[in-house]
Amino acid sequence: MRTRTRTLLFAAGAAGAAALFTAGALDLPRFGGAVHPYGDRAVRQALRESTTNTISSVNFDQRAFDTIGEELILMASAIGAVVLLRVVGKEAEDQGAAHRHGPAEVSDALRIVGYLLLPVTLLIGVYIIAHGAQSPGGGFQGGVVLGTAVHLLYLAGDYPALQRLRPIPVFESTEALAAGVFVAMALAAAGAVPALNGAVGVEVGCALVLLIGKFFEQALLVREPPGGTP
Amino acid sequence: MSHLPYLAAGWIVIVGIYGIVTSRDLIHAVVCLSVTQSGTYVLLLAIGYRDGATAPVFSDRPPHGRPVTDPVVQAMTLTDIVVGATVTALLLALAVQVAKRRGTIDPGELRSLES
Repeated sequence: MRTRTRTLLFAAGAAGAAALFTAGALDLPRFGGAVHPYGDRAVRQALRESTTNTISSVNFDQRAFDTIGEELILMASAIGAVVLLRVVGKEAEDQGAAHRHGPAEVSDALRIVGYLLLPVTLLIGVYIIAHGAQSPGGGFQGGVVLGTAVHLLYLAGDYPALQRLRPIPVFESTEALAAGVFVAMALAAAGAVPALNGAVGVEVGCALVLLIGKFFEQALLVREPPGGTP
Repeated sequence: MSHLPYLAAGWIVIVGIYGIVTSRDLIHAVVCLSVTQSGTYVLLLAIGYRDGATAPVFSDRPPHGRPVTDPVVQAMTLTDIVVGATVTALLLALAVQVAKRRGTIDPGELRSLES
């Protein structure tokens, strides 16, 4: 389809969708209105279970089954990305420690900041997961902090150390294990918010490390053979 | 104009889809999909807002003080963000494969499905 035709088709569709959406949105309750029946019920239920962070209560207690679905989407797309990014037959992989990878010319300031921030960021990640039932935070947010914290080592210019810190097979099994633990716990004891937070945190952290690790591999390690692409 | 935030959400979605439709680059298309999806975050959070309300967290204040925003839509937004991030990762992995096998990431130059 030519670009012009495609744009015209889009314009027609977008105009119709915009008209319908506007008509629908104008009938919604006023922005900032006081009527939130589901929200009020969720708050009441969360306080009854003494989970002071209502959002964690909604995610891991009142809607724990939905979170199972979300978990499985997360795991499925992590698996999909890992499978898509595997090193295929005609590509060669560099030895990890054979030479310096990444931003070799890292200034000392960046290196020191990276090394100093690594333990602090890991600690904050664990805190956000562990305290997610009480204060803003939770497994998803803390897991992302944990998964990215490890990569401060890359910013510090130390790719071999990063590879030693995150052995991919261990993270793969840990992710699968955490997903299984989460499903089992959500089915057996929905409402154990701190424990579910922990399982989700581990899973999100592992999935993120796997994903970033695979993208790093593509960028830093995989070499096309001398023949080039067909 | 008390419905402006909802309309802004719809506008973000349409802008994102426009970006996908006119995209000449798969990475650009993936980013446009993220923009489209952020329209849904705006819509959900706008629906949950309440005048003069604060966050639905009660760790440091009594439960019956100020009103709070709707926690249900906020939890849905969290789900939305997580799913969006993983789908973005998956699509970027697909783009890497397309670039490797076809030597182009312009969707206009991809003709057939066989490799």
